[in-house]
Amino acid sequence: MIPGPFSYYRPATVADAVKLLSTLGDEARPLAGGHSLVPMMKLRLASPEHLVDLHGIAGLKGIHRDGNTIVIGAMTTQHELLASDEIGKSLPIMDETALLIADPQVRYRGTIGGNVANGDPGNDMPALMMTLGATYRLEGASGAREVAAHEFYQGAYFTALEPGELLTAISIPVPAAGHGYAYEKLKRKVGDYATAAAAVVLTMAGGKVATCKIGLTNLSETPLLAEDAAKAVIGTSLDPATLKQAAAAAEAIMSPAADARGPVEYRKHVGGIMVMRALQRAAGRAG
Amino acid sequence: MAKTHVTMKVNGAEVEGLVEPRTLLVHFIRENLSLTGTHIGCETTHCGACTVDIDGMSVKSCTMFAVQAQGSDITTIEGVANADGSLSALQEGFRMMHGLQCGFCTPGMILRAHRLLKENPSPTEEEIRMGISGNICRCTGYQNIVKAIQYAAAKINGVEFREAAE
Repeated sequence: MIPGPFSYYRPATVADAVKLLSTLGDEARPLAGGHSLVPMMKLRLASPEHLVDLHGIAGLKGIHRDGNTIVIGAMTTQHELLASDEIGKSLPIMDETALLIADPQVRYRGTIGGNVANGDPGNDMPALMMTLGATYRLEGASGAREVAAHEFYQGAYFTALEPGELLTAISIPVPAAGHGYAYEKLKRKVGDYATAAAAVVLTMAGGKVATCKIGLTNLSETPLLAEDAAKAVIGTSLDPATLKQAAAAAEAIMSPAADARGPVEYRKHVGGIMVMRALQRAAGRAG
Repeated sequence: MAKTHVTMKVNGAEVEGLVEPRTLLVHFIRENLSLTGTHIGCETTHCGACTVDIDGMSVKSCTMFAVQAQGSDITTIEGVANADGSLSALQEGFRMMHGLQCGFCTPGMILRAHRLLKENPSPTEEEIRMGISGNICRCTGYQNIVKAIQYAAAKINGVEFREAAE
């Protein structure tokens, strides 16, 4: 399989990339790791006339800590996240999630920016970014703006990105010391998208849940924040009745597609189970 | 479509060629360089048969354009043997442990295992299995591939390989 013809650009700065994207118009696409876009191009489900490869832009790489915020350049790969001491120390849930994405080869190329910006409901990082309260930096011809992850996703493959805009960095507030975390993903095989997945970040005080955020992957057209489910566990010790209540509250907002991963009822059911497992595992890790 | 001139290092030799932007790296390797040991399996980034080593990373060469490899240092199966032509530890492991049947997945398996052992010279069985989870084999059931990689790890570390009891 060979993609349709396109012209190739490799800018060295974000400013040049943004200029190219706005000049070339609708038929131009930015190319990050390419592990979603290139297979789509080979199947001729995508035929951009122009590809703007972001690999030449050194400023889009890297992970650094700025006070209580971790800033990750959009072209940082999943492999680089896994190799980062800073991520391992401050955001261990990102390591747990990255390890469940695709396979080793794909993680060497696949980027955090591509994963969150593509708007694919099957991608794992978007729900995690919502759970962690991340913000995305979007840069376009008219300047830069910050958009909260929970306001970014509008539908399958529809996001807050305007034509010609590029997602350049992700800022994540460092969770409280001693927080508990878990990303539970049910998938049919290594490399598959989630049948259902849940991210949990919580803190405990005196054996009871003090704060809690729950995110859901591939259970709707967009990633979801399960706010009622999170509220249901605050002040509890996650007894079986509370866990069931949280699962039910999460299931109430799920609207997964029926596909090869199962019918709607099944995917909602296992979605609830992922929420319960993630809550329990997160609580067990909280200090 | 205008062609672009690319240069890169493949198995230690400087190579060049004219490619369309849409030329996939695997096609450049097989057709321009006539290095047909790198196989094309699924063409959809699942099977790993086309895995090569690029600048210290295992990459599925069907999912990258040749123009993106400009200036890279690439190793394919043709470049893994020892300098004197003898089999590398991994090649020897696949031979001794019968780590292949039809052999189609083997170049990708060996290139992936090559990088895995560089990053983790003493992997556990679990780490080997996760490490090759992007490479599909339809013959062996993976048992002997795992043993082949364990054999190579032992050889590289200078210890005697002992097969775990079945």
